[in-house]
Amino acid sequence: MALTESRKENGTETAAGPPGGRTVRRLTSPDPAARSRGGQRFVLLGLALASAYSLFPVYWLMIAATKDRVGLYQSNGLWFSDFHLWDNLQQVFTYEDGIFLRWTANSFLYAGVGSLGGTLIALATGYGLARFDFPGRGVVFAAVVGSFLIPIALLTLPLYLMFSKIGLVDTPWAMLIPCLINPFSVYLAKVYTEAAIPFELLEAARIDGAGELRIFFSIVLRMMTTGGATVFLLAFVNTWNAFFLPLTVLRGQENWTLNLGLYNWSGKRLESGIDVTSLVLTGALLSIIPMAIMMVAMRRYWRSGVTMGALK
Amino acid sequence: MIRSQRWKGAAFTVPFQLGFVFLYLLPIGYAVHQSLFLQKQSGLGLGGATTEFVGLENYQQGLTDSAFMTSILRVVLFACVQIPFMLVISLVLALFLDAVTAKVAGRFRIMLLVPYMIPGVVAAIVWINLYSPEVGPLTPLGALFGFDWNFFAPSMVWPAIGNLLTWHGIGYNMVIIYSALQGVPRELFEAARLDGASELRIALSIKVPFVRGALILTALLSIIQMLQIFNEPALFRNISPETVSDSFTPIMIIYNQAFNAANYNYAAALSVLLALILGVASFLFYRLTSREAD
Repeated sequence: MALTESRKENGTETAAGPPGGRTVRRLTSPDPAARSRGGQRFVLLGLALASAYSLFPVYWLMIAATKDRVGLYQSNGLWFSDFHLWDNLQQVFTYEDGIFLRWTANSFLYAGVGSLGGTLIALATGYGLARFDFPGRGVVFAAVVGSFLIPIALLTLPLYLMFSKIGLVDTPWAMLIPCLINPFSVYLAKVYTEAAIPFELLEAARIDGAGELRIFFSIVLRMMTTGGATVFLLAFVNTWNAFFLPLTVLRGQENWTLNLGLYNWSGKRLESGIDVTSLVLTGALLSIIPMAIMMVAMRRYWRSGVTMGALK
Repeated sequence: MIRSQRWKGAAFTVPFQLGFVFLYLLPIGYAVHQSLFLQKQSGLGLGGATTEFVGLENYQQGLTDSAFMTSILRVVLFACVQIPFMLVISLVLALFLDAVTAKVAGRFRIMLLVPYMIPGVVAAIVWINLYSPEVGPLTPLGALFGFDWNFFAPSMVWPAIGNLLTWHGIGYNMVIIYSALQGVPRELFEAARLDGASELRIALSIKVPFVRGALILTALLSIIQMLQIFNEPALFRNISPETVSDSFTPIMIIYNQAFNAANYNYAAALSVLLALILGVASFLFYRLTSREAD
């Protein structure tokens, strides 16, 4: 057996997966000497081509964001022409009294606050489902899993009608409230609790006289930082990327998200004859940045989250 | 476990249960209720509308609505082409990653995951501009090789959207399949190599069957997403309304019925129908793939 090296991701040696060794970490890597050099070259070429395909649109977007109108329409799309990034940025931030900044703040508000609340509720629910055997537990869990199959339109349209009856449509609440209940987060939280919180620990805390609430807030939540961060991150990404819900429940543009604003801008080009292509492209590039920073900074969490959610 | 403790445990799930009732069960119930009624204009349509109970009439209309049924068929056909195509590429890339050293695999994985970090709406905007004959580089690039393609032509809309979805989905699906590959016991490969099996043979006969579960799961998730596809065609419609009609996909029809035609009752019936179709499709797919396994 080729026991060469253990697989480590870019030097992060601390457990990337949830505690308890749920993700199977492989101990051996394939011995490169065992395969033909031609085969290796073919594999590397395939990976390089696929990477080029993955990166090409982002590369083009970065180049396009540095061009003015003339450059966009007339210069070679694959390389820089005159450098107008600062002008474009200024245009994005000042267009319609800086509405872009408003949209950015809204996206952060909905994704940040909504996901924080949703994560807390999900962790409590996941803990309850994973560590207590109460009547109806199966029903709750079945509801969680079953709701994965509900089409978004089936929920969003009646929600819109209900919200409009109580005057919530076109307010931040119309975005925040639905984010609080996220079945996928609950599902992940349950899986993480099962991996991270041993029964014995809970028993020991109870024998020491700690109340259930205290156990949850001062022991369970603290031990669930990895799982909680993953749940939060995935919920944040989900809300940041949401489109159908904000399109339905937000009407006035001062409450819009970045996605909705960019969608509106990209349609404008056609409707009113003004060319806002560079506005849209620079805005699109800017809207990727928070997501990219977040994903890279928290990559050890979301990787485990992506695979956990899929494999359990 | 002590009785009182059980109930305290149940209490942890109460906020979620309440939220679930108000944000899931109640809306669904409301939609079902609404789907049984119809707004009818009285007289000349000036005397205001009255809401009447019509039973399953909306459903009957939905099932014979050729625009709705065509949109479902359109999306299903598209799913049958795009999903296998995307998953085969994801599988091949996962196998490729598995065949190189850990360090190299780590670097490529980051690059291949870049599209996953980009919100769907933004991805669509970027690709639409790449396709654009005015600003995109693909038209001159095609001309260089003698292609004269117009991505907004009616025959090219699905390939254009298909490419966008494939680009967006490859990395995510690859990671899921790749992590399933990590679970294959390495001894199997050693044994196969000793028996003289080639790497290709090992990949096809050991690795692929082993990640079947991951493939089924990614396919199921893709099917659920595809039947509800909305963002990409909506953005294409934004640019090129003449090629992407407002009844292109089921959700687009539902959205239009609700917000442009102000026919909530019919929209509610269509969304219940779509949910049923989604449930049946997922169930059938699951049964079909798990029966093969035994």
